[in-house]
Amino acid sequence: MAETERSILGFLQNSDQISDSGQFSSDHNLDHDQVKNVIKSLQAFRYIDAQEVIRKTWVLTEEGNKYATQGSPEVQLFSAVPEEGSISMVELKVQHVEDKMKGLLLQIQQGKEVDKDGIDFLKGRKKLIEQVKWNGYCSIKKGPNYAPERRKVSTDLTRENLENWKELEFKEYNFNTKGAPLDSGLLHPLLKVRKQFKDIFVQMGFEEMPTNNFVESSFWNFDALFQPQQHPARDSHDTFFLKAPCTTRTLPEDYVEKVKRVHESGGYGSRGYSCDWKREEANKNLLRTHTTAVSSRMLYALAQKPFVPKKYFSIDRVFRNEAVDRTHLAEFHQMEGLICDRGLTLGDLIGVLKDFFARLGMPKLMFKPAYNPYTEPSMEIFSYHEKLGKWVEIGNSGMFRPEMLRPMGLPEDVQVIAWGLGLERPTMILYGIDNIRDLFGHKVDLGLIKRNPICRIGI
Amino acid sequence: MPTVSIGRDRLFAALGESYTQEDFEDLCFRFGIELDDVTTEKAIIRKEKHIDEEADDDEEIIYKIEIPANRYDLLCLEGLAQALRVFNKKQEIPTYTLADITKDKILQMKVKPETSRIRPFIVCAVLRGVTFDEARYNSFIDLQDKLHQNICRRRSLVAIGTHDLDTLQGPFTYEALPPTDINFVPLKQTKSYRADKLMEFYKSDMKLKKFLHIIENSPVFPVLYDSKRTVLSFPPIINGAHSAITLQTKNVFIECTATDLTKAKIVLNTMVTTFSEYCERKFEIEPVEVTYDDGKSYIYPDLAVYDMEVPLSYITDSIGVSLEVEQVTSLLTRMQLHAEPTEPSDNQCAIKVHVPPSRSDVLHPCDVMEDVAIAYGFNNIPTRSPASIKPLPLNELTDLLRIEIAMNVYTEVVTWILCSRKENFALLNREDDNSAVIIENPRSADFEAMRRTLMPGILKTVGSNKDHPKPIKIYEISDVAMLDESKDVGASNRRHLAALHCGATSGFELIHGLVDRIMEVMAIPFVPVNDNTGYYIKLSQEPEFLPGRQASIVVRGKQIGNFGIVHPQVLNNFDITDPCSFVEIDIQALL
Repeated sequence: MAETERSILGFLQNSDQISDSGQFSSDHNLDHDQVKNVIKSLQAFRYIDAQEVIRKTWVLTEEGNKYATQGSPEVQLFSAVPEEGSISMVELKVQHVEDKMKGLLLQIQQGKEVDKDGIDFLKGRKKLIEQVKWNGYCSIKKGPNYAPERRKVSTDLTRENLENWKELEFKEYNFNTKGAPLDSGLLHPLLKVRKQFKDIFVQMGFEEMPTNNFVESSFWNFDALFQPQQHPARDSHDTFFLKAPCTTRTLPEDYVEKVKRVHESGGYGSRGYSCDWKREEANKNLLRTHTTAVSSRMLYALAQKPFVPKKYFSIDRVFRNEAVDRTHLAEFHQMEGLICDRGLTLGDLIGVLKDFFARLGMPKLMFKPAYNPYTEPSMEIFSYHEKLGKWVEIGNSGMFRPEMLRPMGLPEDVQVIAWGLGLERPTMILYGIDNIRDLFGHKVDLGLIKRNPICRIGI
Repeated sequence: MPTVSIGRDRLFAALGESYTQEDFEDLCFRFGIELDDVTTEKAIIRKEKHIDEEADDDEEIIYKIEIPANRYDLLCLEGLAQALRVFNKKQEIPTYTLADITKDKILQMKVKPETSRIRPFIVCAVLRGVTFDEARYNSFIDLQDKLHQNICRRRSLVAIGTHDLDTLQGPFTYEALPPTDINFVPLKQTKSYRADKLMEFYKSDMKLKKFLHIIENSPVFPVLYDSKRTVLSFPPIINGAHSAITLQTKNVFIECTATDLTKAKIVLNTMVTTFSEYCERKFEIEPVEVTYDDGKSYIYPDLAVYDMEVPLSYITDSIGVSLEVEQVTSLLTRMQLHAEPTEPSDNQCAIKVHVPPSRSDVLHPCDVMEDVAIAYGFNNIPTRSPASIKPLPLNELTDLLRIEIAMNVYTEVVTWILCSRKENFALLNREDDNSAVIIENPRSADFEAMRRTLMPGILKTVGSNKDHPKPIKIYEISDVAMLDESKDVGASNRRHLAALHCGATSGFELIHGLVDRIMEVMAIPFVPVNDNTGYYIKLSQEPEFLPGRQASIVVRGKQIGNFGIVHPQVLNNFDITDPCSFVEIDIQALL
């Protein structure tokens, strides 16, 4: 190989070109296939330029070879006839025959050109000649990178070869494939989205509520929110109740008394639900069904001191006793924002929602009247989905009822506006995931965590 | 939320108006209900039986409408259509009255003390001269079903029985007896059962077996009799067959037995207010006197209007619109709430709201305020936006990318903007193309110009860290400056990302891999060369990189950066003795 390469490069040092690789091979007694390989490689590195040629040529078959030496069967027969009339039956029409076939076969054997008639003549006979393709190179000249001797081929610049970089030759690099895979740690898309939401809340001046308490009492989860004790959400097929710890140990007694009263007989301008309110029901522990349980604790704490306005938010896990399917899990993340201040209006709520959702890239909103036991008015938030061409529900909102706020002790002119939405749905839409179990839980596809882009909400 | 199925054509007839589906959806949206599904009776049956059959054109269209969970009055066509007619100002708010009936003629229901052991309350009423047809009859049955499912909590709180009054003879008694003492023919059966046997019998009934637990373990079962000891019903399980209502029934006796009296009253009021429109005397209901063993007696239904005084300022201040008293009362009328201004006192304008018996959802002035807001239109309320800040998207993106690059185990560096002219060009093997911002009065050669690229700062960092163990993997995302004709001052910044690998090998493929990762986190797909929907990599010829080991990054047809093995000459210029690969991208082009 190296010798062949030297022959070619050496020859070109003193000559303009090699006109035919086949000829060159036989002249220099080299194997033509090897010569071709070397030419191809030298051409790739632009040491030489060469043109590929394909020739179709005829060669003799075994039988053809035989006849080329021995003559055609006819002539062989003719020659086999004795000189003088010993075969009486045979009457020779001629005294001499020219062996045309042998002549043509010999021409082909020697690699000489045979005209079309000749080829047709031979093709007329069975299996004398066959066509083969011959390929090689012609007009082989010096290329732009010509050197009499090949430089060393490298795949990379290294500490060792940096010194003599000028002599280095690099293997061609394939830019049509990707680079080397990286060894890196990656964040989960759900929490990337959470971070963006968290940033948005903080930019809007909201402070985060401590939501690191999954176990809650029915009191803070439902009763404090003026959710009646016979409400369907309090059924065991909607909520996880606890065997251990099964009941809450303490509740603020004077506040409990006020909550009981507002449920049973109203007050603060309300009729109440006019039904019995049972302490045992309020004592039952559960896994919080919404982060609003934390909001009720926070607002109660706020009401125990001289009033200051607050903006709170949280993004954390909640639990529902629901059948798991493509869009539902028994646990998911809820985002919640609330503003507690004097003189807030429905106009403020709509305004803050427009600001919040515009940051998520949802500037077109509509509000539909809805029912929720602890907010009045209650509004479902719809956003116009450009791709689907329709309005889709994206969250819930409302003003907390006086029956919830007044028993806590918040001043009469203090209103609380609030909204909530899930974290999983926007994440699934952002990352094109249609099965929630692919996103969240142990059945997650680790590849998906590695492949996903940054969360560009609001960017 | 409960859903009611209503024939579209019957609904439109009741509304006195036909709608396109879109217009009807809009009406629903504004009123606060939702058109959940459009189907047909046959389609529902096909679905239930899993039959694949073509729909006929003449199938009646059914609207499935979602109703807020506290609006029991909207759970049937009659109530829903009335509410929408009033909302559309096509009907006055109806006034429900009790028939004027003398004390001796009033129907009596006597309650025996044993009922307190199992189901202590009962409320009753009579609808006189009702005209049923098939649709009305079905709606009447459906409403009971919806109420049982929702407010009645699957009959545990309240159970409704309706009877053909003409088959019965008052006065009635509500009793609680041992199971073996109760015998009757239940609805849909022909023979008489003893109550305990009947319970056993219904254990295999798909619909009724779920209600058995409510009384199963009680020593006494509730039962209603007429004066001839005919069983009206065996609540909360089944009615008697004898008094079943039919299409021909004229006078309907309604009884609701309950463990929760308030809910029983709401259920009874919902039944009589929605269906009294079919009575001979529209909206008139005949009362029934319920007498308990202690002698206390009550007249039901309790159609008392609940009056609420709501300050005008509470409504307008909560919604955030200024409205006159008359506007508020007229908006409330559309929500079926009669309202009038009160006598002004202390310059305080207030509104007296008469909450009808059908509106049990109105508990507090805030519910009135919400109805004003709904009638006004949530989407017409002027908004107020709170003060808040918006971060700069370019810096947000920069910060997110900074974290991503660091997670690929590159260490961040912060280098100087100022550099020498040589570093900007000559040391990078580049011609000075006069694109850099030049300082007139540099104190030293280090501060002659502003960097055109991040490359000199990164290379200087490597040159100054010879002793640091290899590989060195560093990055920076920061601004470069350049002359810019389009700017008033003639110069502008660009946000660049640069990363470098230096080690025993150049790490060219690793830098290439980092380029791929940057594109991945920017959600830009890898595409074939000359495809403008994503990014591709193309061999380039930049002087600062080694020939053959460098490429341009083309994103959506635009070249946004280059990467390659740093040219050994350049390495030498920066006194670097190990091979390096380097990438620099204009990330502003990706924003």
